[in-house]
Amino acid sequence: MNADTMTPMERVTTALGHREPDRVPLFLLNNLHGARESGLSPREYFSDPIRVARTQVALQKRHQHDCLYAFFYAAIEVEALGGEVCFVEEGPPNAGTPLLRDPEDIERLEGPNANTNPVLKRVLSAIAEMRRRVGETVPIIGVVMSPFSLPVMQLGFEAYLLTIFERPDSFWELVQRNREFCVHWANAQIDAGATAICYFDPVSSPTIMPAEHYAKIGGHIARTTLARIRGPVATHMASGITAPIAEAIADTGTVALGVGDADDLGALKACIGERVTLIGNLNGLRLVHQEAGEITRNVQRAVAAAGPGGGFILADNHGELPWQVTDEQLAVLREAVTIHGHYPLAGARTDHDG
Amino acid sequence: MERAQIVAGFRDAMLTIDRYQARRIITEYCDVDAPQTIVDDVIAPALEAIGDGWEQGTYSLAQVYMAGRICEELADDLLPPATSSGHSGPRVAIGVLDDYHMLGKRMVRAILHGAAIDAIDYGRCEAWELASRAQNDDIDILMISTLMLPAALAVEDVRRALTAEGIRPWLVVGGAPFRLDPDLYHRVGADRMGTSASDAIRIVRELEGALPDR
Repeated sequence: MNADTMTPMERVTTALGHREPDRVPLFLLNNLHGARESGLSPREYFSDPIRVARTQVALQKRHQHDCLYAFFYAAIEVEALGGEVCFVEEGPPNAGTPLLRDPEDIERLEGPNANTNPVLKRVLSAIAEMRRRVGETVPIIGVVMSPFSLPVMQLGFEAYLLTIFERPDSFWELVQRNREFCVHWANAQIDAGATAICYFDPVSSPTIMPAEHYAKIGGHIARTTLARIRGPVATHMASGITAPIAEAIADTGTVALGVGDADDLGALKACIGERVTLIGNLNGLRLVHQEAGEITRNVQRAVAAAGPGGGFILADNHGELPWQVTDEQLAVLREAVTIHGHYPLAGARTDHDG
Repeated sequence: MERAQIVAGFRDAMLTIDRYQARRIITEYCDVDAPQTIVDDVIAPALEAIGDGWEQGTYSLAQVYMAGRICEELADDLLPPATSSGHSGPRVAIGVLDDYHMLGKRMVRAILHGAAIDAIDYGRCEAWELASRAQNDDIDILMISTLMLPAALAVEDVRRALTAEGIRPWLVVGGAPFRLDPDLYHRVGADRMGTSASDAIRIVRELEGALPDR
């Protein structure tokens, strides 16, 4: 029987140090499942930070995975800025009518103080309560939207693309204002007890923007933002491809990268695996209808591709498991990690093998 | 200049978001008195090439979007109203299900318009509303754009509502949930799935051939 011998914190920090822990760490990014577990709608569930913390800790204990995910929902930053959020019953809330309608709105935009804004305070309270409950045994992951990606929800995607290409002055003004807020919001989460920050930046992915723009725009914004965050940062492009810009992402100062399932995990490991820990790349949407055999094979595939030598955390590839993924499927996933994820990995060859 | 060179030049102008060059290629190398030929021989193949490139990870969504806009502007200038609104092909409508984010729908409409295919815009609708409007408008092809998984799953409700209305238009879906889970469209009762906005041209032309004569 493969037994765990490390705490989640020890396991994750060992993996991040590019060494092999007792087993491959597993992040179940199950923020929405807390609502399902509580029998509440997402709107009700996320209204009470103590309930969020309590439920996430309970789910971490049940599945024996390796983080507490302090992510509420992507639109929470827009909500904190005064924007509209649309809740649905069995899925993530989304941003509603765009908050910014013309260039003058950008000039008036001011990021809220996370320590006094009632919306952001809920997240900080949840993080503090998680830390109180688990001490230093489990890493807590805070979340920010990148200054480059947040405008999709502030302006609407179409207006934002036009701003990028046709109104560069307004674009950079918005980025500058968002960057100040992003740094402040990330550091407030670190101060509240978050171990690391997940920097969601899907717009930087070559799925959304041409790869040749990354160095000048998304990568430049990431470098200048991450340098001011007082804790380790993992970059995540929410299923978008990363391979064409992988080396430039590694140069931003990020310690980890969320990998989409369209990327070749093994090739990325060979390219940037010595500099950046890879997180991924199970397809959460497909997991919704997968049976045990397929789930297990996907775990084996990912572990074999990126597990050797450490520097790998198994997780879904989008940064949020769909509500519809069942507890039974998660139990299968966890069992597959027990069987196939313990070091030394079966059939793996490391540098120490000679 | 050979047709393939014209298409490649036009495609590259759109990829670099060079409106001036795109327009120059059309006005210098094409017969502007035969706009439907321009659409069929240059605009549609260039849009399809960009869509294919997006599916393969070569081009980005931003390039697909801006290409659609450039083509839409050109079509507005080149095509006489009779060609752009009096298209005798299938009746096409497009809506967004339970979401406020319209980019996908906008891209598909722009690309269809660039290819001289008009799609009625239903905006944001609930399932019953899409079905009711499709019934009233005698729609042949109903396109649905989604962003989040719950909306993608609600396509099943649209199919049920269409059946309750006694109609069975072709149901074509697109958006991130379908692209990331390519089998999903089958499970929710759709007939086709577009993986990029320019797939819409191919799909409409394919389904057009399967429609009974009007």
